[in-house]
Amino acid sequence: MSRLGLLLRAGCAALAIASAAPAAEAGPDDPVKIGVLTDMSGPYSDVGGPGSVEAVKMAIEDFGGSTLGKPVVIVSGDHQNKADIGSNIARKWFDVDGVDMVTDLTNSAVALAVQALAKDQKKINLVSSTHTTELTNKACSPYGVHWTFDAYALSAGTAGAVAREGAKKWYFISADYTFGRNLEENAEKILAKYGAQTIGKSRHPLNNSDFSSNLLQAQASGADVIAVANTGNDLSNLMKQAAEFQIGKSQKLVMLSAFVTDIHAMGLDNAKGSVLTEAFYWNRDADSRKWSERFFKKMGKMPTMIQAGSYSATLHYLAAVNAAGSKDADKVMQKMRDTPINDIFWKNGRIREDGVMTHDMLLIQVKSPEQSKEPWDYYDVVGVIPGEQAFQPLSESACPLIKR
Amino acid sequence: MSKIPGALPARPAGSSLGVSRGLILVAVAAALLAAPFVFYPVMLMKVLCFALFATAVNLLLGYAGLLSFGHAMYFGGAAYVCAYARKELGWTPEASILAGVAFSAVFGLLTGLLSIRRSGIYFAMVTLALGQLFYFLCLQSPATGGEDGIQSVPRGLLFGALDLENNVTLYYFVLAVTGFGMLAAYRAINSPFGQILTAIRENEPRAISLGYRVAWFKALAFTLSAALAGLAGATKVLVFQLASLTDVSAPMSGEVVLMTLVGGMGTVLGPVVGAAIIVSMQNYLADVGEWLIVIQGLIFIATVSLFRRGVVGEIAARLRRGRGT
Repeated sequence: MSRLGLLLRAGCAALAIASAAPAAEAGPDDPVKIGVLTDMSGPYSDVGGPGSVEAVKMAIEDFGGSTLGKPVVIVSGDHQNKADIGSNIARKWFDVDGVDMVTDLTNSAVALAVQALAKDQKKINLVSSTHTTELTNKACSPYGVHWTFDAYALSAGTAGAVAREGAKKWYFISADYTFGRNLEENAEKILAKYGAQTIGKSRHPLNNSDFSSNLLQAQASGADVIAVANTGNDLSNLMKQAAEFQIGKSQKLVMLSAFVTDIHAMGLDNAKGSVLTEAFYWNRDADSRKWSERFFKKMGKMPTMIQAGSYSATLHYLAAVNAAGSKDADKVMQKMRDTPINDIFWKNGRIREDGVMTHDMLLIQVKSPEQSKEPWDYYDVVGVIPGEQAFQPLSESACPLIKR
Repeated sequence: MSKIPGALPARPAGSSLGVSRGLILVAVAAALLAAPFVFYPVMLMKVLCFALFATAVNLLLGYAGLLSFGHAMYFGGAAYVCAYARKELGWTPEASILAGVAFSAVFGLLTGLLSIRRSGIYFAMVTLALGQLFYFLCLQSPATGGEDGIQSVPRGLLFGALDLENNVTLYYFVLAVTGFGMLAAYRAINSPFGQILTAIRENEPRAISLGYRVAWFKALAFTLSAALAGLAGATKVLVFQLASLTDVSAPMSGEVVLMTLVGGMGTVLGPVVGAAIIVSMQNYLADVGEWLIVIQGLIFIATVSLFRRGVVGEIAARLRRGRGT
């Protein structure tokens, strides 16, 4: 074959590919498009991932499937826990595909990247996941809402409730990176308010397998409470080893961040008696139970608070689009802020000017295997922390959008 | 040493060949200039940045025979330096990129001097260990923002005039940077310096016996490669407006080696093709979830067992065979 011929063929092939590429820009008359950007295969796929996509589908279905006279479209993407891939997908969604709202956003680096992007492009991002309080402090956005929980609500909720009961001496075992330190700092701030003190702490690297030295130090410290600030495999390994050392017998174990799927993974034998905070529990009341059973039929596991959050955020967003009669981000955000969030998960939720959605948080004690009556029957809801107390006070927020 | 296995010949063999080669170059240049109007520019810029990164690795792996598993530390290190200079210190985009490159070059020289004291698998292990050390430094340092990374880096005005917020303008800038980097690599390979590197790769004792200071050449190649990796990492910061731990992590070092191997190690265009294949897979197959890693693995197995020279290496070999040279 002549080289020129080859060149021509290559050129034709390139043109063929090029003409197949999408070129049309999205306009205001296109259907409402919702993007679920999540971790489909990595460490967060259990708590968000495909379950979050399903939850958003359920929200669209429950809303009636269409708004502004057109069916609502859902797209999903796997950010693979890489901020650049997440940012690339979101950019393409905004620039080319005409996505109007992005939700889920597990992984703090991805959430921060997408929120910055959405702010520039006047698109809405509803973060139903991720701990980082940065999203509603320095990096806050007029179009971004942190929906379900943050490090402050989880750790301060648990620490405050347990300290109020009179536990004075605390020991922290934390993962040695921003996530763990952030949980620990927030808990300590609350402890100071109740006159409780930290008598010791030890840290471990990410993906640790042996926690015996941390646990033995904690056991010997004479602390009333051992607070654990890590997640995923680290959390479940630590809890299993703590059960072997019989730590829960004389000292109280609290998990500053845990999901119902974590408890499922580590087993009630290892988790029983420990205290934690969640935004949602599937068996809290008849409504949440009914919805969760629908979810269970599709996914084979009970929903986490992240997945419930994706559902709630999507529903509230669609209602606001309908009420505003437009997809315009400013109008929709205004409607979302004006309307309190009352759905099957949260009563009297409110979006603050720094982007925090305040709502009641649940203080939870994990059941023992004897108390558990059915599969996934893991929690006793022992208290409700009202929304005004559960989140970082507006006066402490570093968000530049707050008018002072 | 007239023929380097797997490498494109430095000079075309005949005049008719020279014409068609020129045609190809013109076609490629035209395609690159028109690309942002057809494809999504951000995606193209990502491919370009990784093409440059893979070129840097290829320079070391394909021509000097040194397999580094720690190149993410220059890529990501420069990214952090550039992001910090741009966002926290408010430097201009071009100055921030140069700061990133300078960091990688110096850092590459120091770590290079340390790792070239060993060869083969030990060299790879030393670079891997250094890369991991650097990763944990970045995880802990307050300047890098831990796992949140440095976010919302402003793109700003290039040379005080060109607005990089425009994706197409930024694309041409990234294209120019990548072109410059690849040209630098091409010149280095097709120079006496590159010939000596190949000689060292083929037979190190002989190169020593010929009077070459082998360690010096290796260190220089390592530094050049680190600087180019840094150029790629710093440029990527402007594209995505963020620097994160992904850029310095060990899987990133592995991914870029994968790109080089799939595209064709020891060929000039191989890294570009490899980067295009792997990056577009990551983007267009983002919905398949964990299967992506399986598909990447299968492609790697197919490459090493069916066409070991990589995509470009294989095509180049076919063309040469067809020509009967």
